[in-house]
Amino acid sequence: MACVSPDGKPTESGAKMLRALKSGLATPEEIAKDAGLPLFRVRSGVRELVEAGLAALEGGSYSITDTGSELVQ
Amino acid sequence: MEEEKEQVISLPRLGEPAPAFEAVTTHGVLKLEDFKGSWLIIFSHPADFTPVCTTEFMAFAEIYPELQKRGTELLGLSVDSVSSHIAWVRNVKEKTGVDIPFPIIADLNKEVSMLFGMIHPGQSKTETVRTVFIIDDKQIIRTILYYPLTTGRNMDEILRIIDALQTTDKNGVATPANWRPGDKVVVPPPNTQEGAEERTKQGYECVDWYLCTKKL
Repeated sequence: MACVSPDGKPTESGAKMLRALKSGLATPEEIAKDAGLPLFRVRSGVRELVEAGLAALEGGSYSITDTGSELVQ
Repeated sequence: MEEEKEQVISLPRLGEPAPAFEAVTTHGVLKLEDFKGSWLIIFSHPADFTPVCTTEFMAFAEIYPELQKRGTELLGLSVDSVSSHIAWVRNVKEKTGVDIPFPIIADLNKEVSMLFGMIHPGQSKTETVRTVFIIDDKQIIRTILYYPLTTGRNMDEILRIIDALQTTDKNGVATPANWRPGDKVVVPPPNTQEGAEERTKQGYECVDWYLCTKKL
């Protein structure tokens, strides 16, 4: 996993995406710009974050979950 | 007697959508659709820790900033494991100082290689040959290049093709032999007799009605 470590914690790039989500950004395009990551990495990364329960996807918009929120400052 | 069945897979062709895939890479699990909106170069190499491939990866890393300026991403592929890719990329960095910034598919089960026709048994039954697939932002295959195992790729030509294709898309023109950005481009030839009569009077530089060029 590129965004979530085997121990369930976000990697550096995963944490960047979570922080962007926590700030209210909701689309991969917005997150990529904010986190300074390539768009393809963010599309793949948010998918991982959702699978790990750290982010949620609803109606095409991403948001951070309570679990995800606890893992980033 | 058991009949041996051979699965026939249609190879990708120019102008057709690139085959969709989901693959384990050095940057996590990636799908073709993750690259939508960007141009993408998918290229295969025979094996990690081999000399020609190492020079190619260093050369791809060198042109990566230029590709990014053109909205183009890189995605490598071989039938090695992700651990092998990681070890190789780290070794290249350690020995040469070159950072490999793009993902590499670990195609151990050859799923993506088969989809893209990257294994040529006449060259090797177990390794991918050196292929280059240039895929546009709508995920249509625009160029396919095949190189033998012994010949490293030419990065200038790959950049030139990207420039040529993007110039064609932007301006509705073609590009002549050995074209470079800034050179004259070819005006699409007319397809009616009336158009042919008019073409040489339209202010282009013409050899004849079917070969006219202009500056952009």
